[in-house]
Amino acid sequence: MTGTGLALTWRKIPERYNLLGSHCDNCGENFFPIRNICPNCRRKGRMGGTKFSGKGVIYSHTFVTSPPTGFELEAPYAIAIVQLAEGPKLTAQIVDGDYEKVKIGAPVEMVFRKIQEDGKEGLIHYGFKFKLI
Amino acid sequence: MIMRRVAIVGVGMTEFGEHWELGYRELVAQAGVRAIEDAKLQGVKIDALYGGTMAAGKLIGQEHITALIADYMGLNPIPATRVEAACASGGVALRTGYMAVASGMHDVVVVGGAEKMTDVPTGEAAIALGGAGDQEWELFMGATFPALYALAARRHMYEYGTTREMLASVAVKNHANGAKNPYAHFRKEISLQAVLDSKMIADPLTIFDCSPISDGAAAVILMPLEKAKEHTDMPIEILASTQASDTLALHSRKSLTELMATKVAVRRALEATKMTPKDIDVCEVHDCFTIAEIMAIEDLGFFEKGKGGQATLDGETALNSKISINTSGGLKACGHPVGATGVKQAVEITWQLRGEAQNGRQVKGAEIGMTHNVGGSGATCVIHVMKRAD
Repeated sequence: MTGTGLALTWRKIPERYNLLGSHCDNCGENFFPIRNICPNCRRKGRMGGTKFSGKGVIYSHTFVTSPPTGFELEAPYAIAIVQLAEGPKLTAQIVDGDYEKVKIGAPVEMVFRKIQEDGKEGLIHYGFKFKLI
Repeated sequence: MIMRRVAIVGVGMTEFGEHWELGYRELVAQAGVRAIEDAKLQGVKIDALYGGTMAAGKLIGQEHITALIADYMGLNPIPATRVEAACASGGVALRTGYMAVASGMHDVVVVGGAEKMTDVPTGEAAIALGGAGDQEWELFMGATFPALYALAARRHMYEYGTTREMLASVAVKNHANGAKNPYAHFRKEISLQAVLDSKMIADPLTIFDCSPISDGAAAVILMPLEKAKEHTDMPIEILASTQASDTLALHSRKSLTELMATKVAVRRALEATKMTPKDIDVCEVHDCFTIAEIMAIEDLGFFEKGKGGQATLDGETALNSKISINTSGGLKACGHPVGATGVKQAVEITWQLRGEAQNGRQVKGAEIGMTHNVGGSGATCVIHVMKRAD
């Protein structure tokens, strides 16, 4: 468990379930997760909401054999930095496939999964993982 | 603004390692007393204390930790301030102390760094360290710190052809240096094959590619250079103290194979001192993982981007080679009590510049030294350039 409380999880649900991010109308760059201030344009930035397609490619990857507390049942698992089709990168687990096939450049798409649970009686946290297409 | 020149007049540290018998306050007191004795401060009023600690709240359940340090070092009622920048807490504490003296706000400042990490199980320590990254978007997904650096390593291998052997050669070299350092957590040489054959933690990084979880503390005493000469024949002047920030999450960076914060901080440090990387004789870099040292020696300008791995494998960063990197053994072999690391780097460079490095790890003719301390996966970088004052 990484110490995530009820309110924190609840307010992250829109982004984690739907891949919501930000788009700056001034410079055109997309961001994930949501940012209020465009780091390129700052005061001149015009940030609005955007929803990403969930399609992307693997930018880098690793295979975690020594998990942190709370992820023991999942281990070993693949983690990747995925570059979304719309530009921004994010960190996610890669599931439903052989790690042998997880390569830089491999196309992936978002799937909705359980991420972790806070013990037997705690919260169950959901969000995005990705699978090879 | 007129800034005063600042010097280190005393240094001290505990042995790094698993100190089952010592708690946070005992470790800090030991390092602090050693630094104060080294500085021959008897009868001198200490004006302020800055302490670098990353995660005392999670690791020992104690916040307000610098008040505790002042208390147990018998320094009350001087102001005591905690500085936190994850793994760069110690280096940023040193910079904070430097600014206090340079600005004229304080004359005599103690900078400490400490972490007590072995009072919790390894899994909990990993969670505490994970806080150096983006809790909501990296840690939450199951990314550990070894995993984040593994992602950087994989990309470095992809872009520049860096190999497992090159990564492993960083660990071999740092263990060779650590074997000569009586303060090191690991004082044992290891073979390249041992690193390659060790347990995989996050592919391509094995357990021997990772710095250990250590307990330890380090301290330095700062003064205006003018006053420093009353205390020591060999004040070590801090010629530059620079710091830069980058995105907290690794995935938000344009590149995974360089740390922009390192490049900005070192450029400012070299501009301030009118130096080039060739002028640096000895450098302590932030090798929390083997890939981190390879990226550091490239970003600092000692080697071209993409050539750091081959250079290490070829022995160009070994003791008394082209550039002596991590003579202490680095985080890898000297150990990484997180908040202590940045201060320990300054302790090691001070010893090197004074010609006092023990057990055959002295760099011959070392005149200019550098410390490079990174927080998290690169969101903070702090650099100090040091020279023996004439």
